[in-house]
Amino acid sequence: MRKSVVFSLFTALNVVLIALVAVHARHSQAAATTARRERAELVRTLQLTDLCLFTEARYTRHPAMADRFAPFQDHPGAMEHFPSGSLVTPPSKRVHEHSP
Amino acid sequence: MNTPLNRHSNILDFALSSLLRRKSKNLSLLVVYTLIVFVIASLIFFVQALKREAAQVLKEAPDMVVQRMIAGRHDLIPARYGEQISDIRGVRSVSPRLWGYYYDQAFGANYTLLVPEKQLLEPGSIMIGAGVARNQRIQTGDMLTLKTSSNAALLLTVQGIYPSSSELLSSDLIVLSAEDFQAMFNLPPGQSTDLAVTVANPREQVTVATKIAELFPDTRPILKSEILRTYDSLFEWRGGMMVVILAVAVLSFIIFAWDKATGLSAEERKEIGILKSIGWETSDVLLLKFWEGIVISLTAFLVGVVLAYVHVFFFSAALFEHALKGWSVIYPQFRLVPVIDAYQLTVLFFLTVLPYTAATIIPAWLAATVPPDAAMRS
Repeated sequence: MRKSVVFSLFTALNVVLIALVAVHARHSQAAATTARRERAELVRTLQLTDLCLFTEARYTRHPAMADRFAPFQDHPGAMEHFPSGSLVTPPSKRVHEHSP
Repeated sequence: MNTPLNRHSNILDFALSSLLRRKSKNLSLLVVYTLIVFVIASLIFFVQALKREAAQVLKEAPDMVVQRMIAGRHDLIPARYGEQISDIRGVRSVSPRLWGYYYDQAFGANYTLLVPEKQLLEPGSIMIGAGVARNQRIQTGDMLTLKTSSNAALLLTVQGIYPSSSELLSSDLIVLSAEDFQAMFNLPPGQSTDLAVTVANPREQVTVATKIAELFPDTRPILKSEILRTYDSLFEWRGGMMVVILAVAVLSFIIFAWDKATGLSAEERKEIGILKSIGWETSDVLLLKFWEGIVISLTAFLVGVVLAYVHVFFFSAALFEHALKGWSVIYPQFRLVPVIDAYQLTVLFFLTVLPYTAATIIPAWLAATVPPDAAMRS
């Protein structure tokens, strides 16, 4: 078989795989509806505000509830020492943010 | 018959043979290229799926959370604040939230202790997240001992464990009764951690928040839209780790492009000279180099994307686990619901395939415009 045919078949196979992956993603979204509804219900029942992604520091466990300056709240020169702090950005600028 | 398709397939044949002649160099290039696409595509899949999950489940979060600030720090909020806030027009309900953190010295883990709005548990009973159960090696019916603020032991019975499908929300949770929470932390009477406020009309949330901030200048209302926005900006490119990963990827591409753009090897130049001397046109040589670039970059892109999907959605992004885990003792074991963002994949395609192909063609064009004898002699 010619090399160009082998390459074309390999590329076509990969394109088909990506198409299948897209179909799988779409199907998974539909299949996860019930589980996701249950998770949303848990958020409502327990009045949760954050995902449990990082449990190592307060400001990364509940980033939505944290101060914008949280990593440096202990003293101005306090260095960021939690790895998740380099993944979580400060909370978005709030309408009523002020520091009395 | 000399159709355009035949011409392309003949040149593609030649390009593949040419690549296979320098098998080890091109194979290692392909592996590194695929690895870079794999890392970037994994990040895209992971971040998109996480953002989608956050947006879908956190839309049930409280409309507004009101925190009290003292000396720039989040402090306990008195119940009377809630009573006055509930009198504001447009406020449907105000409920005090009781929650806090507990550091387990024995296991070195941080737990989130939380009291549900409605009484779900009798004093002495708790519901725990799967991460806590794993960490403490306990099951439903077992006892968990926590140390109170007065250094007494509080014995609690595990009434249930939240299912693993909800680990992304509940992994470190210990849900307990208000009585046990009080026994744990000995809060001053009539105080809570913060207030959850429900607003009748979602469009009035900002107005209500402004009124709360005016009524109690020492409070900080956090709107649901702000909670959602926080997760929308999670893993933003400016985050330290993201900058490092993206910088490595960009630098690698610069090295690839530099390697190609700084010119061809003497062997490649000689090959172009021979091809021109036997009658190949400059356009044929450019087409040959175009196909060489496409074979490497397109293969790397397609294989990298498929591998990234499998990595993130079938193996729970195992390669990122250590970076995400950090110093945490409790780390949720979750499987994300797959999401494919066509726009971001298209951007990735144009950022990976096109520059490399262009960088392959330009030096070939420079070599192909030189007379064949000069090219062969060089």
